[in-house]
Amino acid sequence: MAQFRLPPNSRVVAGKTFKAPAGAKNVRVFKIYRFDPESGENPRVDTYEVDMATCGPMVLDALIKIKNEIDSTLTFRRSCREGICGSCAMNIDGKNTLACTKATEDIKGEVKIYPLPHMPVIKDLVPDLTNFYAQYASVKPWLQTRTPAPPDRERLQSKEDQEKIDRPSACILCACCSTACPSYWWNSDRYLGPAALLAAYRWIIDTRDEATGERLDALEDPFRLYRCHTIMNCTEACPKDLNPARAIAEIKKMIAERRH
Amino acid sequence: MSLRSPIGRVLGLGAAKEGVEHWWMQRVTAVGLVLLGVWFLVSLLRFDDLSYALVTAWLEKPTNAVLMILLVATAAYHSKLGVQVVVEDYIANKGVKIAVMVLLNFVHVALAALGIFAVLRIAFGAGA
Repeated sequence: MAQFRLPPNSRVVAGKTFKAPAGAKNVRVFKIYRFDPESGENPRVDTYEVDMATCGPMVLDALIKIKNEIDSTLTFRRSCREGICGSCAMNIDGKNTLACTKATEDIKGEVKIYPLPHMPVIKDLVPDLTNFYAQYASVKPWLQTRTPAPPDRERLQSKEDQEKIDRPSACILCACCSTACPSYWWNSDRYLGPAALLAAYRWIIDTRDEATGERLDALEDPFRLYRCHTIMNCTEACPKDLNPARAIAEIKKMIAERRH
Repeated sequence: MSLRSPIGRVLGLGAAKEGVEHWWMQRVTAVGLVLLGVWFLVSLLRFDDLSYALVTAWLEKPTNAVLMILLVATAAYHSKLGVQVVVEDYIANKGVKIAVMVLLNFVHVALAALGIFAVLRIAFGAGA
């Protein structure tokens, strides 16, 4: 059966509390999931009181402040801090999003921060995305053609055709969508998940690509594609406002269309 | 523990090249159920009372009997498709999954046969 409860060694226990310094005026409480595989202990939730008077506006600013000034053992991924690298994807206030584009003031009460759901945790807020990346690679996210490239210029595409791939190409592979999807939670070993399917769709509708049929063939599978039950968590979660759910629906329609 | 590469694991046994029939038929049977369901509901509401004699007399009429058989068959088929999704979603063990699926197929065919037989029995007058 699908597992509905965490295994005993993954259950979250109470953690430490780091008080705000005396004289702090604008204190916000951050409850952060902590897990260290080398300690042999269960994961815990640590509480950090952060003085927002000396902290930047985004959740990532608070995480960096905590790591720099309060607890250097806190581990998380971050890079661009402007929503284009996808590194700092995590579950904030119950929703998968990017810590760098989520403002702390938009969250009421305690700020609860967990790693992306239902992924193996490497440490603290760092999930293991090996399978996620392999699934992305499996849809062959590159141009496949039979026509040789023109010798003197690039492969041309009309403005209208470019607009079709404009939005799907904006995916940053942060994994917020796939890890928000219950179907992906239960069957991530075989269901490709919204991110990989959005990437597949991006190449299926690329008018320069000449492997559309082969791409659809590779997706026509009860698990790879049809585990999507239009739950729509993916579209809800996407921090880039993309629509993986629609892309998956379009793929299903294309596979149905070629039979008639 | 396996040392197989992540992409090797993802590619697995390849695409089954099916699923579209299931997806399509789930939608077609849903449309059928809406139409047949409306007919059935309207028919029920038009009864003065739901006495045995009145209902069997209604079901004896050829149009009603045929539509009822279609409703039973479509509902059973649609249910089979839906239950299959639940089984595939939640039962990870392959052996158990296949066994449960086969069993549920038997149950659905048996229920459909039972329902259709009941309608035929009334339609051909043996039920009275």
